[in-house]
Amino acid sequence: MFQNIGEIIVLFWRTLQTLPLAWRQRRKVFDQLFEIGNGSLLMVCILALFIGGVLALQTGPVLTERGLSYVLGGMVGLSMCKELAPVMLAILIAGRSGSAMSAEIGSMRVYEEIDALRTMNIDPVSYLVLPRMLAIAVALPALVLFAIPVGWLGGAVVSSVNHHIAVGFDTFFQDLRQVVEFGDIVNGVFKSFVFALAIGIISCHQGLITRGGPRGIGRSVTKAVVNSIVSVLILDYFLTRFLLYVQK
Amino acid sequence: MNSPAQPLPSVSVEVRDLRKSFHGKPVLKGIKLKVAPGEIFAIMGPSGSGKSVLLKHIIGLMEPDSGEVFIQGESIAAPGIRDNYRMAMVFQSGALLTSLNVAENVGIYLTEHLMRPPEEIARIVSAQLEAVGLKGVEEQMPNELSGGMQKRVAIARALIMDPQLILFDEPTSELDPLMAAVVGGEILKLKGRTQATAIVVTHDRELAFGIADRMAMMAGGEILFVGTPEEIKRSPDPRIHEFTYARLPTSHVPPKRNLEPT
Repeated sequence: MFQNIGEIIVLFWRTLQTLPLAWRQRRKVFDQLFEIGNGSLLMVCILALFIGGVLALQTGPVLTERGLSYVLGGMVGLSMCKELAPVMLAILIAGRSGSAMSAEIGSMRVYEEIDALRTMNIDPVSYLVLPRMLAIAVALPALVLFAIPVGWLGGAVVSSVNHHIAVGFDTFFQDLRQVVEFGDIVNGVFKSFVFALAIGIISCHQGLITRGGPRGIGRSVTKAVVNSIVSVLILDYFLTRFLLYVQK
Repeated sequence: MNSPAQPLPSVSVEVRDLRKSFHGKPVLKGIKLKVAPGEIFAIMGPSGSGKSVLLKHIIGLMEPDSGEVFIQGESIAAPGIRDNYRMAMVFQSGALLTSLNVAENVGIYLTEHLMRPPEEIARIVSAQLEAVGLKGVEEQMPNELSGGMQKRVAIARALIMDPQLILFDEPTSELDPLMAAVVGGEILKLKGRTQATAIVVTHDRELAFGIADRMAMMAGGEILFVGTPEEIKRSPDPRIHEFTYARLPTSHVPPKRNLEPT
C-alpha cells in the first residue's frame, strides 16, 4: 500500500511537471471534458434532485414537529453545497469516469500501446495522464456548481409538496438565502476540486500499473473505483477540518 | 529532438552480459551481442527463447537484472538517449492506439513532436501508407483492419520516424506469404534508403535467411551462435540444425486424397 501511495505522489508530481504541455494536449482535454462533464450531466441532475428531495423528506417532518420548519431551507442549502453535492458527485464520478480512465489506460498498458508511445519518445504522463487530470479537475467542480441549485430545487419541491412538511417555496429559499453564503459554495467547489485530483491520479496510476490480460484490467478498474471512493471519504474529513479551521 | 527531415547516420548496438529473470526463472542468461551500424541483424529461435524480452531490453522498455545495452557507445539507460537517437520498434501485436484512426496512428510521432504542419503530416502519412501497400485506409480505425493490415500500419508508423535503429518483433507473423515478402522487402528497402540498423526477431526462417546480413540463434535465454546466414546453415550444432532444417514429419502429412471420379 505504501509503495502505491509513493508511486501516486510521484505520478502526481510528474503530471504537475508536464503542465506547460497542457495547451498542446488541448484537443484531448476537450474530449475528456466532454466525456466526464457532458456525459455525466443527466446523471448528476437526477442524483442532485433526489438527494435534495430525500434530505428534505427525512428532516422536514422532524423539524416541523418541533416548530423549526423555517430552518429547513438553510439546512438543505448548507448540506447540499458543503457536503452532499461534492461527496456524492465525487463518488459518482469515481464510478463512472475513474473506472473508464483506469480501464482505458490499463488496456493500453496490457496491449503494449504505452510501450509503443515510449519507443516514439512520447511521455505517457503528458499524453495520457495530463489531459485526464485537467479535464476531471475542471469537470467535477463545474458539475458540483450545477448540482447545488438542482439539489436545492429538489429540497424545495419536496418541502412544498409533502403535507407533513408544508414549507412553501418562498419560505424555503428565504431561509436558504439567509444561511448560505458565497463562501459555503466555494467551500464545496474547493472540496470537489481536491476530490477530482485524487480520483484522477488514483485511476490513472491504477491503469498504468495494470498487469496481465482482461482479468488484470478488471482488477485495476475495481481497485481504482474502491480506492478513489475511500480516498474521497478520508479526504472529506480532513478537508472539512481544514476548512472549518480556515473559516474561523 | 532530431527532425526526420535529414536522415541521420545509423547506430551500433552492443549488448553486454544481459541477464533477466521473471519470478526467479531466468529468461536471459548473460546475452552478449554486437550489431554494426547499418546492419540487418536477425535473431532467430524457438518460441519462449527470450527473443522478444531481449528486444525490449535493447530499446529500453525493460530494465535488466544485470548487464547493459549500448547504443552507439551510450547506455540505453542514460537520460536523454531517446533525444539523441531515433529508435523505433514494430511490435508483434502492432500496438496501434485503438482510440486513434490509421492516419493519426501513423502520424503520431510527427504530431506529438510538432515536427510538421498538419497538412504536410497528412501528405507524408498517405505516402508512407502507400509504401506499405495500404491506400485509402487513413480514416479507418485499427479494429476495422485485419491483423496483417494492422502490422503494416505499425511498420508505416515506425518508418515515418526515419529511424537510426529499428527493431522488428516477429514482423511477418499473421501475414500471408505474399505480404510477408512485401514486409521483408520493406526492411531491405529501409536499409537502402536510410542506412538504418535493423534488428529483426523472428522464427520465420525464410525471412531471416532472406534479409539478414548476420544472424544470432537463440534458445533457452542464451545465444547459441552468431554468424552470417551461410555460417548458420553450415553450423554443426544439432540444436541449430534442428531449428534451421525442421520439417513436418512425413508420418503426420495427411495422405493425398484421390479426387478422380470413381
